[in-house]
Amino acid sequence: MSEQQVEVRIYVEQMAKLLDLPIPPECEQGVIDNFIRMQAIAALVNEFPLPDHVETAPLFQA
Amino acid sequence: MDYTKSNATEISAAIKSGQTTAKAVTIAALEEIDRLNPVLNAFTTILREQAIKDAEIIDQRLAQGEDPGVLTGVPFAVKDLVDIQGVVTLAGSKINQENPPATDDATTVKALKTAGAILVGACVMDEYAYGFSTENSHYGASHNPHNLDHVAGGSSGGSAVAVAGGLVPLTLGSDTNGSIRVPSSLCGIFGLKPTYGRVSRFGTYPFAGSFDHIGPFARSTSDLATIFDCLQGYDPQDPVSSDRPVVPTLPELSKGLAGIKLAVADGHFAKGAHPEAFQALAKVTEALEVTTKVTIPEAHRARAAAFIITACEGANLHLERLKTRPFDFDYATRDRFLAGALIPASWYLQAQRFRSWYREQVQQIFQTVDVIIAPTTPCVAPKIGQQTIVIDGVELLARPNLGVFTQPLSFIGLPIISVPVHLPNSLPLGVQLIAAPYNEALLLRVAKVLEDRGIVAAPVPKL
Repeated sequence: MSEQQVEVRIYVEQMAKLLDLPIPPECEQGVIDNFIRMQAIAALVNEFPLPDHVETAPLFQA
Repeated sequence: MDYTKSNATEISAAIKSGQTTAKAVTIAALEEIDRLNPVLNAFTTILREQAIKDAEIIDQRLAQGEDPGVLTGVPFAVKDLVDIQGVVTLAGSKINQENPPATDDATTVKALKTAGAILVGACVMDEYAYGFSTENSHYGASHNPHNLDHVAGGSSGGSAVAVAGGLVPLTLGSDTNGSIRVPSSLCGIFGLKPTYGRVSRFGTYPFAGSFDHIGPFARSTSDLATIFDCLQGYDPQDPVSSDRPVVPTLPELSKGLAGIKLAVADGHFAKGAHPEAFQALAKVTEALEVTTKVTIPEAHRARAAAFIITACEGANLHLERLKTRPFDFDYATRDRFLAGALIPASWYLQAQRFRSWYREQVQQIFQTVDVIIAPTTPCVAPKIGQQTIVIDGVELLARPNLGVFTQPLSFIGLPIISVPVHLPNSLPLGVQLIAAPYNEALLLRVAKVLEDRGIVAAPVPKL
């Protein structure tokens, strides 16, 4: 098991506990695999510098 | 005349002129559904008796000299996340079977019925709209009418199949990350994702509310314009509905390309696809003589931001059910929903802030360009059950990758039409026509030119 797998497994277990969201044992590996995929996807956004004045749009209008 | 293969406007005209009746057309559609649904799996609910009753009322109104509307006697169906009075809205789930029947029709259903259309049923979809393939473990996979071994695309797969297979000329779907455009592309029909807030979502089951859109599938541009004009407009019951005045698109449809500045999207939209996707694109751009290119900046990050927002909002919506009954979810969505519930707030907020920045960038592009052209899907329909596709020598997960070109566009609310291109010896593929908000008429004008020049069409295969 890779270091990332171990780290994500710990995160998933702890975060699920805080959320009171039981992860069934049968789903655990699937959730970890999906979270690792999401981590890579989120990195594309998180690494992109945004000016401080850019706000979320609470009421999104096209 | 075979009315099951006719367009909506042709059917309406034939009924109004007395060549046929709404009842005869409705019965023909129901018979075609009976014949083909066991093969295609497009419908979860068929409203046989109610549809015939509604058609008889239309015929009575005609006999009394009334004009029931522009869709007189036209059979239609809706994705099963759209409320139908007296029917449980399943949203592709097993869990929602326990819900009471809807007490009223969705605003969009009312709009089409008011125009004289006849509702014949509800269509199969990915569970809770979280998918691009319509392979649903509760209700089965919808089959692509152009090759039954292949997926329909999703999440509005059943709606696309019902139109592409000639069961009905018109259906409604929903599009959050591509769920109208992807199945339009893979099934070879026209699909319109309108501007966010232009068509009511009232009475539809949500997914990621800040970019859920309702829109139509059809087999011609005139049908698409006609239907959109019935659907568009302010609805006080939808909190994000726009109160901008309605601009009918049908009178604009045949105005041609004059004054419309076209450009082809490069960068993210010019790589990462099979050759067929670019051949389909080239067919469209060559016909339109478009050489101008435009770069939508950071589109790959936009796709990522849309992905993260969807995962968070979808998981939040279903959190209580994920806590208490995870095994009642489709295995295809369950682990993704569970993982989405665990995403840190900062990832979500950064994605939302990126979305604001990105919208500004794209608005700038529309200062100089009116319609951007891009592929809809990176490949033709994969086989049912196919897990991966190879693009540029890289093996990728097939289902999420179907949204690679649609996902960066819908979460900023742009109107987009996917137009169908049929290449020789290939399954169909779509090309996206993309405009600034509220410019659906421009898209329809471009699509009509392509249709008139024989570049795009939605022929019904023999089944």
